[in-house]
Amino acid sequence: MAEIVVQGGSLEASGPFDRARALSAFKLSDNLFYWTTRIAALSVLGILGGIILSLIVGAWPAMKTFGFEFLWTQRWAPSAQPEPVLGALGPIYGTLVTSFIAMLIAVPVGLGIAIFLTELCPQWLRRPIGIAIELLAGIPSIIYGMWGFFVLGPFLANTFQPLMIGLFEGVPVLGDIFAGPPSYLSLFNASLILAIMVLPFITAVSRDVFDTVPPVLKEAAYGVGCTTWEVVRSVVIPYTRVGVIGGVMLALGRALGETMAVTFIIGNSFRISSSIFAPGTTISAAIASEFAESDGLHQSSLILLGLLLFILTFFVLAAARLMLMRLDRKAGK
Amino acid sequence: MTTLAVDMPAVNPIYARRRRLDIVIRVLCLGAALFGVSWLALILFTLFWNGLAGLSLQVFTEMTPPPGSNSGGLLNAIVGSLLMTIIGVGIGAPLGMFAGTYMAEYGRYDRLTSVVRFINDILLSAPSIIIGLFVYGAVVVPMGGFSALAGSLALAVIVIPVVVRTTEDMLLLVPNPLREAASALGLPRSLVIRRVAYRAARAGIVTGMLLATARVAGETAPLLFTALSNQFWSLDLTSTMANLPVTINNFVQSPYDYWKQLAWAGALIITLAVLALNIGARILGAERTSK
Repeated sequence: MAEIVVQGGSLEASGPFDRARALSAFKLSDNLFYWTTRIAALSVLGILGGIILSLIVGAWPAMKTFGFEFLWTQRWAPSAQPEPVLGALGPIYGTLVTSFIAMLIAVPVGLGIAIFLTELCPQWLRRPIGIAIELLAGIPSIIYGMWGFFVLGPFLANTFQPLMIGLFEGVPVLGDIFAGPPSYLSLFNASLILAIMVLPFITAVSRDVFDTVPPVLKEAAYGVGCTTWEVVRSVVIPYTRVGVIGGVMLALGRALGETMAVTFIIGNSFRISSSIFAPGTTISAAIASEFAESDGLHQSSLILLGLLLFILTFFVLAAARLMLMRLDRKAGK
Repeated sequence: MTTLAVDMPAVNPIYARRRRLDIVIRVLCLGAALFGVSWLALILFTLFWNGLAGLSLQVFTEMTPPPGSNSGGLLNAIVGSLLMTIIGVGIGAPLGMFAGTYMAEYGRYDRLTSVVRFINDILLSAPSIIIGLFVYGAVVVPMGGFSALAGSLALAVIVIPVVVRTTEDMLLLVPNPLREAASALGLPRSLVIRRVAYRAARAGIVTGMLLATARVAGETAPLLFTALSNQFWSLDLTSTMANLPVTINNFVQSPYDYWKQLAWAGALIITLAVLALNIGARILGAERTSK
């Protein structure tokens, strides 16, 4: 640390050294720096306040016109006469369903990969796979969207969906969920893309927290004859539950608000269908595809949708934090 | 007697069941790893296959083509993206760094710090489209139109939480005796921070900024209705400006094959840039830990 040397000669006054002046110059720059950083910290709060305020102001006309009915109206007709009819049920449904299916796929697979990486994988393979996963978490979401649009959508529509539709035809509930016709643009395709997208997040976070388990604990469990799975289930997972839940919540937050990966492939249809192979929309996809060409009440309704999405993600993230805090306290006892 | 002892576990039904379950789980984990890695490999393969096919010198030297045209490149979009990213990081990074400095240095045990940290964590994972809506309401409407400046500000809002987080984390890692030694020499607080703490944490802070740059380089959603896009060469910050992500977004959904080809080329350029930034950040980070 020898290179850390104070080089500032700037404060030395020419002529006889004036101690009082130097000190007051120090004091001034000290105060200036303190307030600069403090204001910057406060501006983070200001950004949140600004987001909430601008969303509420923008959404106000729609709130006044539609009231709470906005939440459970399914019809989305911005150019209906005499008055546009706009309801958020379709996008809300789509957002929740796609995120749910995505998490259903991504959480077990992500945890599986993390277990593989920390417990089963040969040592020389760990670093390359780990680095690959971290880099993949950084790929922009529009790339996933393009791939879904050009590659995954056609593949699912031509092979996977007909298979599932044939398989479950006539089965009471599943028959409705997997009803045809096959489509390039569907809730299921969007869910799958979302799952692939959040997979690296879940894997990276769980691997990091799995690595924090003290080897002694695992060795003790292996020593009394536990199998790998028993070590994972009874030692690794309980020890790291906090971090794993945090990672999953983070991924859920991403999935709820993800825009570009979904917009290309979900079909932008506001009608709710019982089949997950039917086109749908999410809040973010609706905003992305309609906002630039909207005005008046239509635009205000889209901003109101944005406000709903913000509240939703806010609560998911806040809940994650509170849960983590509670688990932390329990672990501390 | 010995053979019996060796055979015992295999005979014992409980042990056999445990071992079977273990093998099943191991196979499932291996399957999950193959499943995950193969999807991701497939995406990269498609991206490189189509992107390299679309990549040529033309992409870097010509403007985005009008509808139906079979020549043209992405020059204006690349320059626009670069410009907006630089301005966005230029605004967001210092602000985030100062905020992180306050949290780690001045207000380490403040109430304000814990509130800011909580809010910052939420902003960190807030959907980027919401930030687009915010900037639309706060900048685009008052200014009377879409502009590159609004796009840059939207990117800055995304940069801030990332930089705040890494700056705070990195400054917290700086050992206190360094600060105490500097204070003991009579350095005022601000100089202790600027001359000692910043230097000790420099690599980490720069890593955070690189990661933030990588994060915004491919952002599309907040630009859709702030910077919009346009077809022409423009460096005017107060009007719409072409940029790679929105151009890709528009070209993907177009009916023209050449546009789709350009979209793939653009996607490859963005991905390579993001990967380069991420790898750069990793190398810097590794240097810091090995020191």
